[in-house]
This record gives sequence, C-alpha cells and structure tokens, in this order.
Amino acid sequence: MKLNLKIWRQKDANSKGELVDYTLDGVEGDMSFLEMLDVLNEDLINNGKEPVHFDHDCREGICGTCSLQINGEPHGPDRLVTTCQLHMRKFKDGDTIVIEPFRATAFPVIKDLVVDRSAFDRIQQAGGYISVNTSGNTVDANAIPINKHDADDSFYAATCIGCGACVAACKNASAMLFTSAKVSQFALLPQGRVEATERVQNMVRQMDLEGFGNCTNTGACEVECPKGISLENIARMNREYLSATTKG
Amino acid sequence: MGILDSKVPSGPLAEKWTNHKNNINLVNPANKRNIDIIVVGTGLAGGSAAATLAELGYNVKTFCYQDSPRRAHSIAAQGGINAAKNYQGDGDSAYRLFYDTIKGGDYRSREANVYRLAEESVNIIDQCVAQGVPFARDYGGMLDNRSFGGVLVSRTFYAKGQTGQQLLLGAYAAMNRQINRGKIKPYNRHEMMDLVLVDGKARGIIARNLVTGEIERHSAHAVVLATGGYGNVFFLSTNAMGSNVTAAWKAHRRGAFFANPCFTQIHPTCIPVSGDHQSKLTLMSESLRNDGRIWVPKRLEDAQAIREGKLKPTQLKEEDRDYYLERRYPAFGNLVPRDVASRAAKERCDAGFGVNKTGEAVYLDFASAIQRYGKETALTRGIKNPDNKTITKLGKEVIEAKYGNLFQMYEKIVDENPYETPMMIYPAVHYTMGGLWVDYNLQTTIEGCYCAGEANFSDHGANRLGASALMQGLADGYFVLPYTIGDYLSNDIRTGAIPTDLPEFDQAEKDVQDRINKLMSGSGKHSVDYYHKKLGKIMWNKCGMARNAKGLEEAMEEISALRADFWENVKVPGAANSMNAELEKAGRVADFLELGELFAKDALTRNESCGGHFREEYQTEEGEALRDDENFKFVSAWEYKGEPKDAVLHKEELVYENIELKTRSYK
Ligand SMILES: Cc1cc2nc3c(=O)[nH]c(=O)nc-3n(C[C@H](O)[C@H](O)[C@H](O)COP(=O)(O)OP(=O)(O)OC[C@H]3O[C@@H](n4cnc5c(N)ncnc54)[C@H](O)[C@@H]3O)c2cc1C
Ligand code: SF4
Ligand code: FES
Repeated sequence: MKLNLKIWRQKDANSKGELVDYTLDGVEGDMSFLEMLDVLNEDLINNGKEPVHFDHDCREGICGTCSLQINGEPHGPDRLVTTCQLHMRKFKDGDTIVIEPFRATAFPVIKDLVVDRSAFDRIQQAGGYISVNTSGNTVDANAIPINKHDADDSFYAATCIGCGACVAACKNASAMLFTSAKVSQFALLPQGRVEATERVQNMVRQMDLEGFGNCTNTGACEVECPKGISLENIARMNREYLSATTKG
Repeated sequence: MGILDSKVPSGPLAEKWTNHKNNINLVNPANKRNIDIIVVGTGLAGGSAAATLAELGYNVKTFCYQDSPRRAHSIAAQGGINAAKNYQGDGDSAYRLFYDTIKGGDYRSREANVYRLAEESVNIIDQCVAQGVPFARDYGGMLDNRSFGGVLVSRTFYAKGQTGQQLLLGAYAAMNRQINRGKIKPYNRHEMMDLVLVDGKARGIIARNLVTGEIERHSAHAVVLATGGYGNVFFLSTNAMGSNVTAAWKAHRRGAFFANPCFTQIHPTCIPVSGDHQSKLTLMSESLRNDGRIWVPKRLEDAQAIREGKLKPTQLKEEDRDYYLERRYPAFGNLVPRDVASRAAKERCDAGFGVNKTGEAVYLDFASAIQRYGKETALTRGIKNPDNKTITKLGKEVIEAKYGNLFQMYEKIVDENPYETPMMIYPAVHYTMGGLWVDYNLQTTIEGCYCAGEANFSDHGANRLGASALMQGLADGYFVLPYTIGDYLSNDIRTGAIPTDLPEFDQAEKDVQDRINKLMSGSGKHSVDYYHKKLGKIMWNKCGMARNAKGLEEAMEEISALRADFWENVKVPGAANSMNAELEKAGRVADFLELGELFAKDALTRNESCGGHFREEYQTEEGEALRDDENFKFVSAWEYKGEPKDAVLHKEELVYENIELKTRSYK
C-alpha cells in the first residue's frame, strides 16, 4: 500500500519543529509500524537525508521505549498494544497518518519523535521501592503467604511499562495512572505496607514537582494504556494518599 | 598459560564458595566511601550489582544506552527463573540444579561456578520477594512453579509471561533507592565507547552522551561490564534492537580474552520470519512447551497442501501428524533442551515438512492441553458430564491465565488466533553463552575489569537451560560480585580518586574520536543496515544451527571482506555532535563485523559438536551431537591481536571432579 505520512521533525530541544510530508510506497500489512518507519528511513538515508529519529528497543511491547502519537492517539488506533506491536494491516492504501511525539510539558522533545521521560524515573526514585538490602539471609520467600487475589492484582499493577501513553492521552497530562500503578503494586503486598505512608506522599510530591497535571477522572489514560492498567489503581492511590495525609 | 588461572578455590565443591567468602579481603565501610565503581549496563546483572554495591557504601556510576535503566533487555524475559527451593517436594536440590546445568551445557562449563550459582539461586527468590516482586502464587498463597526444558523437576518461578520485567523492575527499584540516597549516579542514554587502562588496570571508560554527542571521561577504581549478549551479530534475533557487543569488544581489544564466541543458543520457539522488512524476531516462551505439542505433518503431500493454503492444520487427523520430539525423545518429549529441539525442527523443515510459506515453520499445538485442562477444571468445579463446548471453554480459560500475554503477542504479529489454530514457530538466535572470559571472581583478564550476566561466558557451557539466565544475572549481581570485587578493591583504599586528565584518558578519548570521524567519512554508498543484514545472512547460513569447516572458512573470508567494504563505503548521515541513531548503529555494527569473524574462527577450531555448536562433520548416525572430551574439554579464550583471524587461542582445561562426563541423552 501507499501511505501519506506527516511526521514531526525537530532538530533538537531548542529548535522549533514542524510536520513534514512524506509518501511511502510498498508498505505491507505484515510490517510493524516501526518497520514501516525503517523503510522510510532507509529511503531517506539512501537519498542523503537524515532519518527520522524515534525511540524503540525491544520491539515486542515490553520495554516501554517506543512512544508515538499516531493520528492523535498514543500508540495508535489499536487497543492494548504499544507502537512497536501495531501492524500496518490496521491501515489501508492511501491513508494519511500523522506521527508526532508524546506531548506533555514534563516530556520535552529531544529530537524528532524522541522525548525525555526522565521525570518518570524521578517519581520512582522518590519512593517506588521497598527498603530492603541485599543480604543473602532475608526471610524465606514462602514465610509470608500472600492471598492469590492480592498477588495477582499487585502483579497486574506492576506490569506498567513506563511508556507515558497515559500522560500523552490525558488533556491535563496527568501521571496518575503511572504513579498509582507502582503505589498499588506495593500497597497490595505485606512487604510493601511498611513504608506505604511515606511512599505515596513522596511519589505524589515528586509527580507534582515534575509538572504533571491534575487528574480530572476523564479515564482517557486507561483507554490508551497498552497494558490495560486499571483506573482502580488511581482510586487505590487516592485512598492511600488520603489516609497518609490524615495520619499526618 | 599462566594467565588463565580460573582461581577456583580448593576444597569440597559444596564448601568452596563459603570458604572463599570467609577468606577474602573486605573493605571497611568508611573506606568504601572513597572508592568509585563504574557499572556499565543496568539489566538484571548490572542493576542488581549497582544497587548492592551502593548499599555497601561504594560510589557507583551506572551507564546504559536506553533512556532508563528499567528498559534494559532483561525486561523482555518471559518464562521464569530457576531456583533449587524444592517447594514442590519433587526431589530438587542445589546439587540437582548444578547437575542439570552442567549436563544441559553439554559439559563445557566450570563446575565450581555452576555449583555456586545453584547455591545462590534460593537467595534470589527470597530477595526478590522481599523487594515486592509479585511472582505467581497458588490459592494457598504460596509461590507457584512450572517446568522448563532439560529437567525433570518443577523449579521455575514466574510472573505470568513477564518474569524478566518483574525481576528487572525489582532491581531497578533497588537502584532507585540508592539513586535517591545519592549513592548511584545514573548516566542513561550513554554508550560506553572504550575502556581506559592505567598501569594495566581498568580505571575508567570513555562514554558518548547519546543526546548531545559529547564524548565524556569517567574514572573509577574498578569497572563492571554487564552489557548483555551479542546475538544481534545475526541481525535477526530475539534481542532488543540496541543489544550489542561494543562494550565487551572494546574490553577485548584492550586485553580481555573472549571465551567461546561460537556458543550461541538458537531458541526453538520463535515466531517465523515473515518477510525482508523484518527487523527482529519474537520469542514465544519455552514455558509454552509445558503444554504445547510440537508437530509437522507425517506426509510430504500434506505439508505441501498446508503450505499452499489448501489444507488447514486442524483438518489433519491425529495419526497423520508427526510429534517428532515425542517420537525421538520419549523421556523428555517436548521438553528436551533448546539445542536439541531447534535442530530437530530444522531437520524436519530441511526434509520438506515445514508448514508456512517459506517452509521454515513447525506447529506448536495447544489443542490437547485445552482439552486436558478443560476436563480437569470441569471436574474440580463439579460440572457433571460437561459437553465439548464447555470443556474447550474452560480449557481456554486456563491457557489464557497461564500464557495470555504470549498468545496476544502472537495474534498481533501473525494475525491468527492461537486458541483456535496451532501456533507456527521456528528457531531463532536468542542467547549467547560465550562472552568475556572471567575467573571465579568474575574478573576478566584485565585487572579491575569485571564482567557479569550474559556478557560473560561463565555458567552455561555450550547450551543454556531455560530460566537460568535470569538466575545467573541476579546471582552475579546481588550475591557474587559484591564480595569478589571487595577483595580486589581492598588494595585501593589509599589510592584516592582516579584523575581523568591522565595521558591514558587522552589517548583513549582520541581513539574514540578518530573512530567516529572515520565512520562519519565513509564514501556513502550503503546504509549501516545494509551491512548488518549482509553480516546476518553470512552468520545464519554458515555459523548457525549447523556448521561445517568449509562454510566457516568462507564465513571468515566473507566477513573480513564485508568489514573492509563497510569502513570504506558506509553512509552515516547527520552530525556526530548531536543525537544520531545511525552513528550509534554504525559503531555497533563495526564491532559485530569483527566479532563475527572471531565467532567463525572459534567454531572452526572446535572440531566437535557440543550443545548449540553443531558441526556437521561430528554427529552420530542418528544425527545427535558427537562431543570429543579427549580433545575439546576446554574453554576457548581468545586474545586480541589485531585482525580477528590472528587472535591467539588460550585454553582453560575443564576439570570435572564431581560429575562424570556422559553422553547427553534425553531419550
Ligand atoms: C525474549 C527473551 C526472553 C527471555 N526469557 C528468559 C527467561 O524466561 N528466563 C531466563 O532465565 N532468561 C531469559 N532470557 C535471557 C535473559 O533475559 C538475558 O540473558 C538476561 O536478561 C541478560 O541480562 P543482562 O543483565 O546480562 O543484560 P541486559 O539485560 O541485556 O542488559 C544490558 C545492559 O547493558 C547496557 N549496555 C549494553 N551495551 C552498552 C554500551 N555499549 N554502553 C552502555 N551500556 C550498554 C544496556 O543499556 C543494558 O542496560 C530471555 C531473553 C530474551 C531475549
Ligand atoms: S500506566 Fe499504562 S500508559 Fe501509563 S506508563 Fe504505565 S503502561 Fe504506559
Ligand atoms: S520498543 Fe519496547 S515496547 Fe515498543
């Protein structure tokens, strides 16, 4: 198939960017979206032009590196997939596709479609851990049984890949879904309860400092999240936060 | 051969590690504050090492090429992690895990290292649970286990099909805690370009800031390389796009010996190649072989009809199917080790029984498992005389709960529903057992340069068992390096900070700069990918699942010629002093073009078949690998001498004091 692409090109963080038009022929349905961009880039390189920069690594939907806004939707039109898992069979001959970086004040553009998501790392550094040293003599892993339901819910929250689609999908650029996923993972486990109060306070404080917006419950984040992280996590974090602040 | 001292402690196998830990030197906490350590790589091995070293009080700098440590390729590991917990009471023990690993590796790994790994495996699970890693549990709240290939016990811990993700996020969290304390300084989007040696010791690295293109100097008292495997030398592999050999190769050029480069694991269950545009291959976890049965049609006509789309696999009767693994290996069946399963698939496809357009695919079928689970569930739920529809529905639910994310991944890529029709799979390059040679302390042949995780060669011999890489990465990082590196650093408590204005840093930086300039000034005929794909083809055809002397000799020549062409004619657009993905790729491919040749040379030198290394000249009448313990019971460690073909072989003879060498049989 033949496609019309409108791709955001921006030299570096300090330059102004713009959408540039490209046409690409010979796209096959079996190609992934990123393989389609590979073909475009190969063309550009062979014509002496600089290829389009975009973030990617695992190309199987787990590392959370790929991050494209495709026709206005983070990770494109398909549900529960990342950009790298999106296949061209979702498009048809003659389609126009607008490709932009994830947009948020807290995610400044570095180049073309590459953004800086280090704010997410800093939120995790503020409290996304359990304070246990490596010693080689921690208690036996089966010493504390954990209810399967809680363990499963904790796991589902922990499957967040830190891609940032939730932020890009939100009109307020809120990072609540991302932050609440980590808070939930630990809040649901006995090991994580010990520091629950400090954790939620520190992580929320950092989230606000990074310039993410407030949550107004639009639910757009859950719709676009490639891992199906549930809004229940936000509710749980709100409860945790409330009980932490009332505890003082 | 004095240089290749493996430093294995004396004493009985089971006491070596404990005795060693009791006898090595320690650095007192106050002195640790004056010691800097660089950890390159933040996957399971590097992330766990960095966190633990920082907890101990060292000043740690970490480097990774991704934008966050959480994205290291360990994140992609699916199936699970082994540990000799014996929670299932099925007779597991450290000794059995040790034995399985040595046997699985076809008797080409070091006994003492493997025993230590088996011993530490139990600590890993305790540590991870304490960190909040949400492993799968049963209804009693206890940890659940599954089985992997090459073993007869259930010792694999897992978190659905995302075990690597959960373990890596655990290590990442441990790192974050230390970053928050100021004990780790992370340098993300940074690539190590060279290792800096001062007076023969590793004292720092040259790194490129991948955002600005700046070349930076970083010094330390010791350098740990945990930069993962080099499977991407084949272009197509299950590795991440950025996975590379660069850091290890730069250390090799500076004096670290490279061990067993030709020991590569070709994983039997990956999604087959669909076309020329393909940029990577996707693994379908080995855990699927717990429940999936592998088959091809019995008759060539049926295979052909299937390839032409005239026949559907579901239409083929039981008796017309060849469950060739169950047929050839009744004891282990579908759970034979990876090298065996891969070769068997290749054998069937080469004989014309392949089932997709390209003829390079076999079926992995869940229909029997769906029926079995369906009946089981119906029984436990007290459903009397369930009809077929109910059984199938219940069975699918069980499969979904176990492998849901893998099935979804498959469906997205192939556009077929694996609950309804069997998956198609084919072997793909997956893991590299070879890597930098290290001694028992994980030190390379360069003093102060350590290597952990997939990047070293240490524990898996000629074939790695499933769920053992995660175990090794975390054992190295959490439980081995923190001890052994202290022994080395105890001599450095008075050294003081290493300055970065030493002539050695000047020279290394200049070397890096010159190389970048050279890459940028190619004639511009072909893109980097053009060369990478060509290299991959040579590797796959001549150094892949089956190798022979003639092909390997050709491979060496072809790669050498391709390398010369690359340096002359590669095209790298853009500028070096800014973000430049093509320049990053070019640097990595340049190193693969050297490694590839050494790989072929290593395979050519090893005149035997063992594990993943299958030389067509050395096989039994039934087509099984023919090992030669008399002449090849050693680790090949290569010393850099300029051109890869001139590399010099050093041998570490392997000594088996506790295990009797046998022909590996899974029949
Ligand atoms: C798809 C897949 C599934 C797997 N499933 C399993 C499984 O179920 N069980 C199991 O035991 N094993 C599994 N494995 C194998 C296992 O995941 C890996 O062997 C292991 O995770 C490697 O960990 P590592 O820490 O050594 O390296 P990696 O996780 O690859 O980390 C490498 C690190 O080095 C950094 N790096 C690399 N080069 C440079 C450079 N030049 N400069 C700076 N930084 C650099 C990277 O940024 C990264 O941080 C799987 C592998 C794959 C590919
Ligand atoms: S919550 Fe979902 S969308 Fe947000 S970062 Fe995590 S995986 Fe991505
Ligand atoms: S590239 Fe890893 S999730 Fe898309």
